[in-house]
Amino acid sequence: MTIDIIPIEHMQVVYDRPEALACNHTHYCPGCTHSIAHRLVAEAIDELGLREQTILVAPVGCSVFAYNYFTVDGCEAAHGRAPAMATGIKRVSPDKTVITYQGDGDLASIGIAEIIHAAARGEKITTIFVNNAIYGMTGGQMAPTTLPNQKTTSSPSGRDIASTGAPLKISELLAQIDGAVYVVRRSLHDVKHIRQAKKAILTALKVQQAGLGFGLVELLSTCPTNWGMTPVDAMHWVETAMMPYFPLGDYKIADSVHKLG
Amino acid sequence: MAREMLKGNVAIAEAAVRAGCEAYFGYPITPQTELLEYMSSRMVELGRVFLQAESEVAAINMVYGAACAGVQVMTSSSSPGISLMQEGLSYIAGSEVPCVIVDVMRGGPGLGNILPSQSDYFQVTKSAGHGDFHPIVLAPASVQEAIDFTMLAFELAQKYRHIVIIAADGQIGQMMEPAELPPMKDYPLPRPNWALTGANGREKNVITSLYLNADEEEAFNNRLQKKLALIRSVEQRSDEFATDDAELLVVGYGTAGRIAMSAVQLAREKGLKVGLFRPQTLYPFPEQRLSELAEQVDMCLVVEMNAGQMIEDVRLAVKDSIPVEFYGRMGGNIPMPDELLRVIERYYAYSAVLA
Repeated sequence: MTIDIIPIEHMQVVYDRPEALACNHTHYCPGCTHSIAHRLVAEAIDELGLREQTILVAPVGCSVFAYNYFTVDGCEAAHGRAPAMATGIKRVSPDKTVITYQGDGDLASIGIAEIIHAAARGEKITTIFVNNAIYGMTGGQMAPTTLPNQKTTSSPSGRDIASTGAPLKISELLAQIDGAVYVVRRSLHDVKHIRQAKKAILTALKVQQAGLGFGLVELLSTCPTNWGMTPVDAMHWVETAMMPYFPLGDYKIADSVHKLG
Repeated sequence: MAREMLKGNVAIAEAAVRAGCEAYFGYPITPQTELLEYMSSRMVELGRVFLQAESEVAAINMVYGAACAGVQVMTSSSSPGISLMQEGLSYIAGSEVPCVIVDVMRGGPGLGNILPSQSDYFQVTKSAGHGDFHPIVLAPASVQEAIDFTMLAFELAQKYRHIVIIAADGQIGQMMEPAELPPMKDYPLPRPNWALTGANGREKNVITSLYLNADEEEAFNNRLQKKLALIRSVEQRSDEFATDDAELLVVGYGTAGRIAMSAVQLAREKGLKVGLFRPQTLYPFPEQRLSELAEQVDMCLVVEMNAGQMIEDVRLAVKDSIPVEFYGRMGGNIPMPDELLRVIERYYAYSAVLA
């Protein structure tokens, strides 16, 4: 068998770092899907040519340093307040693309008022909601999205829904709000689903560009470290444990979004 | 510009417009609500940004966002609302972005009441949020001064990239009196080069208050303290009356300072050598001038509409060189000039004995 060696000058770049993604080591744990989510957001920003007009609002949580991992303007919100901060930015800079990147503790617990009212006002911002059913940065405590009976450091016997309530289904909740025009849930547990997530992020940014209203992409994500699993088992757990409780789907696609194509 | 009858809250709002305020975010609370109501029509009429937030928590974070985007921005509230804003104020101070906050103070603690009070002196000057910082705090004693200080507030906020709080009390916010508004300033200011405007043809800008490394956090704090030291050295402001030969010095700010002025005039009519020192900046506290006056008077009488808060700064300024006495009313009660005159007469006699 002979192997054709292609001279390097004839090689084609088929996979590279998006311009919107900074050339930095992240502080994320091995197997964490934040890195995948970051890459998808960066690819979408690049594909739409938005890098020089994007402002990223980072949350409090594992992705607190998100502004270090993108090459766009960025700021750091107080815990849960990213949608309010993004509102302030967008209202005075309506020509910019404003993205909040928030985890489930940040968005679904302490920041639930801010996200609901940003959606209710139809703020023309895009929220990337990373749901991994746990507080990651503080070391694995129960989140509003923690599954029934899921063990965490603050629900050591498993989440007892009789005393702590049932997990909040954010996409379903926000889809009820008129101002929210694009609300979908995707997953990052395998290649097929990652590609679908990318497509949703692209659509969400196009919705903002078109000024249609509030958009949110929920991404089911992993936390191998605090779940106490290998990265591969964590991916499997997203599919077998999280997806039945948090079904993937399009929870709100307003007519105006359909018309975008 | 002609003098016109203006309500304090409305005067502050229109002054903010003329100072070049590009965006206002607020939440209704008595006794400042007229300010928000006025902005809701005036800002929209001018094509500027007005938004009623879902809470004071959201309002201050909208202010934070707009400030990061590089515009002149303001919110207004009253005591319980300012408590809710403290988180955001701390982040704003930690990010060194400019903004103007109006606190039309009411009675507390808790829900308290909606009557005029100065019981948030500590809150606005010393504990506006977690971490080592002080906002610049301006205390108007008339509607005219509320207008002038609003104009000044935007200038100082931009100059120092810092929070400026206009600490009015409910009386200043609610009363009407003749005042003159300044002309409209050039609008809008260009966005500063540090602002978040998109990394278009430049490196990205990042605005954060997060420094995980101890040395970096300390270096930031040193920079912040250096700025506050500069503010303390050049921004102290105060007004005074009949201090030249005063033996008893009354010290009061805002509404209490204004009523003390009437009482001091009454005392002078009776031949008592009494003067008034009225701090206009509560932070920086005008300690330079007060410490000079402390060398010539026998006693200070601090008058506040609280249980005694500014008195601590007065004591620090006079450094135990003379007695510092206190008279305060609380709960929304406002001291009357004749009431203060009786207090002045009592302490005047006492200071004569001491002297």
